Amino acid sequence: MMKVLISLVLALTVAMPLVAQERSGPLRIEITEGVIEPVPIAVAPFLAENPAAADFARQITAVVSADLTGTGLFRDLPREAYISQVTGFDAPVAYADWKAINAEALVVGTVTLTSDSKLLIKFRLFDIFTGQPLGEGLQFAGGTGSWRRVAHKVADQVYSRITGEGGYFDSRVVYVESTGPKNDRKKRLAIMDYDGANVQYLTDASSIVLAPRFSPTGDRVLFTSYESGFPQIYELAVGQVEKRALGLDAGAMTFAPRYAPDGRTVVYSEARGGNTDLFRLDLNTGERTRLTSAPSIETAPDFSPDGSQIVFESDRSGNQQLYVMPAGGGEPKRISFGQGRYGTPVWSPRGDFVAFTKQNAGRFHIGVMRSDGSAERLLTASFLDEGPTWAPNGRVLMFTRESAGADGQPALFSVDISGRNLKRVATSTAASDPAWSPLLP
Amino acid sequence: MTFLKTATLVAALFALGACTNADRFGPGSGNAAGGIGAAGSVDDPTSPAYFNAAVGDRVLFQVDQSTLTSEGQATLDGQASWLLTNVAYSALIEGHADEQGTQAYNLALGERRASTVQNYLISKGVAPNRLRIISYGKERPIEICSDEACYMQNRRAVTVITAGAGV
Repeated sequence: MMKVLISLVLALTVAMPLVAQERSGPLRIEITEGVIEPVPIAVAPFLAENPAAADFARQITAVVSADLTGTGLFRDLPREAYISQVTGFDAPVAYADWKAINAEALVVGTVTLTSDSKLLIKFRLFDIFTGQPLGEGLQFAGGTGSWRRVAHKVADQVYSRITGEGGYFDSRVVYVESTGPKNDRKKRLAIMDYDGANVQYLTDASSIVLAPRFSPTGDRVLFTSYESGFPQIYELAVGQVEKRALGLDAGAMTFAPRYAPDGRTVVYSEARGGNTDLFRLDLNTGERTRLTSAPSIETAPDFSPDGSQIVFESDRSGNQQLYVMPAGGGEPKRISFGQGRYGTPVWSPRGDFVAFTKQNAGRFHIGVMRSDGSAERLLTASFLDEGPTWAPNGRVLMFTRESAGADGQPALFSVDISGRNLKRVATSTAASDPAWSPLLP
Repeated sequence: MTFLKTATLVAALFALGACTNADRFGPGSGNAAGGIGAAGSVDDPTSPAYFNAAVGDRVLFQVDQSTLTSEGQATLDGQASWLLTNVAYSALIEGHADEQGTQAYNLALGERRASTVQNYLISKGVAPNRLRIISYGKERPIEICSDEACYMQNRRAVTVITAGAGV
């Protein structure tokens, strides 16, 4: 865990090299018990360039601030602490005043509502201790309905420039909404912004739906449904109601689908005669290929980001463990060797880690390891944590946490790959099976 | 008749469960058609209600296992002879898992359990075309506490009697 914390600190240091040196006092990034003191920044209220833009300016500022502070890396200084106010986009920055309140960075922005109802958003980022802008100013334009996305894009820029990592705020999550008691759950597919806003439903609650997965471009979703009375894989286009069965063998259960990075190949599990194996399907030709033929359970497959390998779980050794094999099939290599059972492996979009669910001694964990099985690290522990999914930048995981007992309910949680910043994701109902989209275009 | 009590309770619990198969009679996964238990009288040995109550419609499994206990085999012997006598019915065998496991694995494990029951019934002479299987993984628990007392009831394969002589 220390390693990642250190590299995170390094990333911050690299992004603001002079800052780190000058800030031997003020910069309080402390590594204590895996907790870093959030860096104080000032997200100054975005200025409305015309009165009609005032509401948008206020809301956009709030979302930018929430995105950044939600990472656990930043603390947004309260407005009451400001010594000087931002008076204009091009007004000189009173660095000394911001330095005096310990702001390490300042975000300045303006919002204009044009006569044809377009929003123009400009922003700039300043490094207070170097007294320099951090990167160029940027301008975004969009319809009034897209103000949240624009706010996320601004926050992604700020996050990216300060941490050196890719952003992840302008993204969506598809998940399973769950209502009703534990023994009579109603489930339907839902999609929302990564922060829980803009919820839309993709299916009704008339049949069980499980484990939705985004296509690499985020415009299609694969999932398992009992609509026919039998678990089968379906695909739907986001934004359209229509869904289609993948047309696999109706006599066998199919589940746990996942797109390849090319978006046209799908790997999935088929259960037949007490044996579950992995298959791949070419969505264009309908051609199916068997990838495994072992008497054990092979399931929960996922592709490496380059599409050349598949990581999956198998109980061929006697209990659930993680394996990697060539994407076309071939001899699997076991990568998990610790105590307990390992399942639901998902390859980081950056390729550096595989996240998984681990069961050991009656507890569930979300963890990460290198794809060769080294450097295993557990990030969470609870009665039931399951099914991690990667943020587009490969630095944050979302997963299902279910509480115990007769009143137990699932909820979505997220955590950094360092194990920091564990928190519940805001959903209005019980929710499970999250899948994070790529960064939106 | 503690078993009858359980079956009735199950039916009551799931009275509102979604019905995926209109001609099924058993409480099964909780999709009881009418919400009042299986068709017919428990006193009529040819009725699905009798099958559920007197023969026993389910077998239970150990943690992460799909092998039959001797008690399970005895239940399945009864199921086989009932099915051999009552040829107008076929069965859907539902495999289930408790919540101590990941979703996809539990789907596969439930299928393995259902398949074990299917194979056993076939070995006792029931025609394969009268036996279909499905897994619900951990999606349809009948007991909802998070203790072994509930888990052991949820690790089950339920033989749901349906009208029709098979496919």
